[in-house]
Amino acid sequence: MTTLEAVTIIRAKFGDLISEPTEFRGEVSLTVSDSEKIADICQFAKSIGFNYLVDISSVDNYGTDPRWSVVYLLRAIVNGAEIRLKTEVSEEKSELPSVVGVWRTANWHEREIYDLMGIRFRDHPDLRRILMWEGYPYHPLRKDFPLAGKPTDLPGVAFTRITPMAGGPFVTVAGGNDSIAREPRVRVPDDEEVELNARIEARGDNKEMRGQAFGPGPIEKKSL
Amino acid sequence: MATIQNIEIGDSAARTAQAADELQDLQGERLVLNMGPSHPATHGVLRIVLELDGEVITKADPDVGYLHRGDEKIAENMTYTQFIPYTDRLDYLAPLANNVAYALAVEKLLGIDKSLPPRCQYIRVMCCELARISAHLLGLGAFAMDTGAVTVFLLTFTEREKIYDLAEAASGARLTTSYTRIGGLMRDIPPTWCAQTKQFCDEFEISLAESETLLTRNRIWVDRLRDLAPVSKEMAIDFGLSGPNLRASGVDWDLRKNQPYLCYPDLEFDVVVGSAGDCYDRYLVRMEEMRQSVRILRQCLDKIPGGWANDAHEPVCVADGKITLPPKAKVLSSMEELIHQFMLVTEGVNCPPGEVYFGHENPKGELGFFIHSRGGGVPYRLKIRGPSFINLSILGELLPGCMLSDVPVVLGSLDFVMGESDR
Amino acid sequence: MQAQTEHTEFGYNSKIEGDVVLTTVDAALAWFRKNSVWPMPMGLACCAIELMAAGASRFDISRFGSEVMRFSPRQSDCMIVAGTVSYKMAASLRRIWDQMPEPRWCIAMGACASTGGMYRSYAVLQGVDNIVPVDIYISGCPPRPEAVLDALMKIQDKIGKQPVLQDTVIAKALHFHGTGTPAGEEVSP
Repeated sequence: MTTLEAVTIIRAKFGDLISEPTEFRGEVSLTVSDSEKIADICQFAKSIGFNYLVDISSVDNYGTDPRWSVVYLLRAIVNGAEIRLKTEVSEEKSELPSVVGVWRTANWHEREIYDLMGIRFRDHPDLRRILMWEGYPYHPLRKDFPLAGKPTDLPGVAFTRITPMAGGPFVTVAGGNDSIAREPRVRVPDDEEVELNARIEARGDNKEMRGQAFGPGPIEKKSL
Repeated sequence: MATIQNIEIGDSAARTAQAADELQDLQGERLVLNMGPSHPATHGVLRIVLELDGEVITKADPDVGYLHRGDEKIAENMTYTQFIPYTDRLDYLAPLANNVAYALAVEKLLGIDKSLPPRCQYIRVMCCELARISAHLLGLGAFAMDTGAVTVFLLTFTEREKIYDLAEAASGARLTTSYTRIGGLMRDIPPTWCAQTKQFCDEFEISLAESETLLTRNRIWVDRLRDLAPVSKEMAIDFGLSGPNLRASGVDWDLRKNQPYLCYPDLEFDVVVGSAGDCYDRYLVRMEEMRQSVRILRQCLDKIPGGWANDAHEPVCVADGKITLPPKAKVLSSMEELIHQFMLVTEGVNCPPGEVYFGHENPKGELGFFIHSRGGGVPYRLKIRGPSFINLSILGELLPGCMLSDVPVVLGSLDFVMGESDR
Repeated sequence: MQAQTEHTEFGYNSKIEGDVVLTTVDAALAWFRKNSVWPMPMGLACCAIELMAAGASRFDISRFGSEVMRFSPRQSDCMIVAGTVSYKMAASLRRIWDQMPEPRWCIAMGACASTGGMYRSYAVLQGVDNIVPVDIYISGCPPRPEAVLDALMKIQDKIGKQPVLQDTVIAKALHFHGTGTPAGEEVSP
């Protein structure tokens, strides 16, 4: 089944939803007028042989409505036929049905589009940021976002979920008076959620020990 | 005598249950172990949050983005030629291949990708195959080092130094070559380059045989890699794998044969396809691919138009002044060339509006560039389809059921690089 | 090696090392320290590949004493930040720097680690010296392995001038008067 045959079959099934095919440099594109139906069309395309999703790209048509274009590039591995499906979404809606149920590779593609462009995907199993950190407030690939970025808060902890480590993170304190004060020791961070180890719990006065150093050696009673 | 082994691949829950039963461990608390982003065995900054039940992994969540540099947004602010150095840093193990991929994508947009000068095509193919050997060697070396076979790392790096010498002779830089330009190459290869490449091919085959003796039939190596993390054909296609990972699972798909570009149709080589899709197969596919690359290199050396020293002065760029920078002597003396130079440098190559996608067979997989152009010298949207990004998405499915010490093996066999994953 | 003055020579042969005669315990200990700088390779991007090449046979960083690339910060002396530091990575990088025991040094390898390099974008930290104190900056994109070795030699010179025992219990017990400058501070030659 060649690309043009596939185009005919798809148009026969979905009728007015699919535009006339356009060809540029040997590649055939179809525009889908109703973005809600894109998952059904992709499912149908997979059933007729397009079992490989090459790429999902998003384009920001800044200044025109609808603002987002999402481009799906499909391929039939068995004979190499390729087809491009394009759909458009307006900025108020910014939502598309997810095609994770059709090709599992779409999972990360859609997460990336959500992260960088801000388009949400309904029924996505795990829609969270993938390239920027959780809690980053902007969608950087939008045209109205400056290249150099805007000031944000870096995540306070190195990891998005606190890794339980018995006794707390063993880190040095750069500003201590001498090298003994700077040695890596058990330090209890100010965060309430970190598990305390048995030694600190046994002391019973851990609220006052927050932010101070423990372990062998003199206890520093300074606050950090 | 070949034995046929049926490998049944259950889903991750079944594998986990089976592993837990087999190990007869106490069903204790699950430990959440954070692996990375700074870790010797992750080939770059990859973080995996593993949930362990004893030694067995029950859940794996890869966290990428620690090398996200904003390439796609940067591309919207640069001309096509100015973006070439950024492509070097995508798959930084094979920068020549990335350069060729990007140049071909823009040339496809311009419509000149089928009419490049033949010498340029042959040189580009040689650069791609050298890059392929270089990337596979480093993947192999790092993979072997992670599992303990440190000697192989040093052997492979010695061969890579020879490829670096070749890259430096051609482009001036060992690693970040930026060798191609839109419509051709930065400059022609020096006259001794082909002889040096031929010498490399001869020496490399001996060295590769050495590394193979150390690994391929090694009992420890085989035990660690065999039957580990098998990927079925359907799973590989569903997850969008490409390159050696896809071929090791039994899918006969190589862009050089299925969607040929440059002068690959004139060259004879085999597509290396595996059968079991486990780590050992992925390793074997890469080893054999290196041999096929040497085969391609030898054919190119025989057939290169203009010969080794290019006495006939075959061009390496298209002769169109609107695409290639004109020769400097003409720029300084003739008005038309001066205008071409000025327009190309300040505004870039004027590309027609339209959308184009070009997929290139990179060592790690299919590196694709989707260019949405609205005319002019600066792309409106450049999307980079990084093969490693997509290859990594399978980790969440592949790691559960494996043991903790299998993780570096699986990561090494998938052979990804974070530069093109995070872009 | 006779020592008649109040300074003593410790195990140093000027015929082998050169005509510089070092005469204090500090200098000898600094010599031991500088010839076994164990790097912590914070290999993030392309520079990491050139760092690996510096560790491989052709350029061989181990002849300078930096044989073991300690990936554990607890066991390393010098953190070589090789590659682009993104904001997402910055928190982890600072955490690893905190875990390194003193004395510790930092080399910013390459343009991206020094100043952000050619990536002036929303995701890239414009120089790792925003979060860790850098001793040596190496320029290049990526720097050649020879440049990495040159930086290592400069770090060795810097370490050679740093006092080791000062104001510590041992120094006081040996009746040594150190130079009074704490470790890690700039020592003008």
